[in-house]
Amino acid sequence: MSTRVMPFRGSLTSREQVSVYEFSWLAIIFIPLIAVLIQIFIPVKVRFLPIIDLPFMVTIFFATARRNPISGCITGCIIGVMQDLFAGPNHPLGMYGIALTIIGFLASSLGLKIDVENPGSRFLITYIFFVIHQGVYYGVAHGLLREGLQWSWSHTAISALANAVIGIFVFRFLDRFKQR
Amino acid sequence: MDTFLGRYKNLIVLAAILFAQIIALAVQVRRPAQEGETRLIRLWAISAVTPIEKGVVHSQEWVQSLFTNYAYLRGVRRENRQLKAEIERMKIDQARFDEDARMARRIQALIAFKEQYVDSTVAAQVIGTSGSEQSRVLYIDKGSDDGIKTDMAVITPTGIVGKVVQVFPDASQVLPINDQFSGVGAALKDSRLQGILKGAPNGATTLQYVMSDEKVVPGEEVITSGGDRIFPKGLPVGKVASVEPGKDLFLNIRVVPSSRLDQLEEVLVVTKITEKLPDAKDLGPLRASDILAERLPSVPKTEVDAAGNAKPGATPGTAAGTAGTHPPATTPGTHPPTGTAATHPANGTASTKPPAAGTTTNKPAATTTPRTTVPGATGTGGAVKPKPVKPPSASPTTSNPNPGTDSGGDVSRPAPRQAAPAPETAPSTAPEQSTTPPAGPPQL
Repeated sequence: MSTRVMPFRGSLTSREQVSVYEFSWLAIIFIPLIAVLIQIFIPVKVRFLPIIDLPFMVTIFFATARRNPISGCITGCIIGVMQDLFAGPNHPLGMYGIALTIIGFLASSLGLKIDVENPGSRFLITYIFFVIHQGVYYGVAHGLLREGLQWSWSHTAISALANAVIGIFVFRFLDRFKQR
Repeated sequence: MDTFLGRYKNLIVLAAILFAQIIALAVQVRRPAQEGETRLIRLWAISAVTPIEKGVVHSQEWVQSLFTNYAYLRGVRRENRQLKAEIERMKIDQARFDEDARMARRIQALIAFKEQYVDSTVAAQVIGTSGSEQSRVLYIDKGSDDGIKTDMAVITPTGIVGKVVQVFPDASQVLPINDQFSGVGAALKDSRLQGILKGAPNGATTLQYVMSDEKVVPGEEVITSGGDRIFPKGLPVGKVASVEPGKDLFLNIRVVPSSRLDQLEEVLVVTKITEKLPDAKDLGPLRASDILAERLPSVPKTEVDAAGNAKPGATPGTAAGTAGTHPPATTPGTHPPTGTAATHPANGTASTKPPAAGTTTNKPAATTTPRTTVPGATGTGGAVKPKPVKPPSASPTTSNPNPGTDSGGDVSRPAPRQAAPAPETAPSTAPEQSTTPPAGPPQL
């Protein structure tokens, strides 16, 4: 296994260098695909799953692991558009795409600066980015498309909490696919 | 320049990707897909994914059935005893319902009241969802290959689910009633107030356009009004959960759907609705009270001519009957207590209102004054304009005299009947409807 390291620029951690992980092509293709599939299939059986956003978690995971803002943007864009494809005829393509593009960019940019390997930072990152994700989605739906979405802080906070908790386990599972 | 591009490369890429998506959004908003039309990229994606979902769902069911079948066998004896007791209870209820149904059919036949039956349905399995909270569409495993078309009603035995919005060869997309883009013509079962059931972004369903001076009680049942021309009239929708004063003089009525929309596994797609007059030939023997009523001097006798029109006989009251304003009762014992037949002499010979001929514009006799505000339900969630109409007085009853027939694996089930609605708009592709021309007045 090969290790690639990248120097921190303005690091907020005590470490001087951070590893940049790579993934096999199979993992890059199939992990997002399976995440989207699970996302559209599992709510049939588990009623609360729409709160959990697996494609969002996968976007954060790839972005923070690869620590490349450009690949973070592209990964987020592709996963978001895939999510848009299944969201129904009244849902324009690009709403999730825009939200996850921004999340991918921010997560990979943040991954350059702080340690995103430990569960505590993963919890915080997922929580904060989920709120940002919802905010961007709401902004696109309300500002660009004039859709009558209702913003609920309590609902967003609970959903962010649920995603942050589940995210710890999902990231731990996805760590297995990392290649140094 | 190179330094600038190198320094801001990440931001430039981000801006480019966002700009491309915003342009794509603008194009979609400017040129939205037509009704029933699917964007090619969606068609490819859904066609690629549905076989996988089908495989997963069916294999999971197969494995599950292995275990559950054994578990069911263990409790089957006790369950059998309970079911037998329940059947006995239901037989008693059935006898009462049969009598009510006969009476209702006689009245309906008198006034040429057209009924709609759910003639055939296709059972389908829910294989997927949109996967997001903002959209609540469902995917079912039946598509155009199975005869599914857009705007077909999707129901369960407990209540309505939604309508088909997009059809693919082997899958379809269903817009459930709690989606924010959904709209269903609905009515309160007891008070007959009509409105539109709409979904909300948070998944709640509200009955809208009921005037705030009306009295609506929590717990009252909500049924389909048939005004959207998608759902047959009288199907259960849900129950009123809360009533609050809303804006613009309308009540804000929150409705809890009868179907568990978040736990749907199997649904029925209504592929054919038959519309015809009730068959009054086999309504059973006359009751003693009917015979007695026939002999009462106050009840005028009615003859039926060869053309099938009811003629008042040469008995007192004939003049009134021929005037068309107060026709006599056609059959003994079928006098509507509130003068229903008198106000709508549908089959009277010299009546000012001739019998309807194969159209869906027959309105049931209105025995009550109009007190509802009914917007024209579109079924698509479009803007609707409230419009006062008369509520039907002869409401559907319990049993279906013509249960549907199975065909090609279809599942048929009887459904409540529907008076011919008069909607403002009709869907582009409504479920197939076969209209049987009305026969002459029934021989009761």
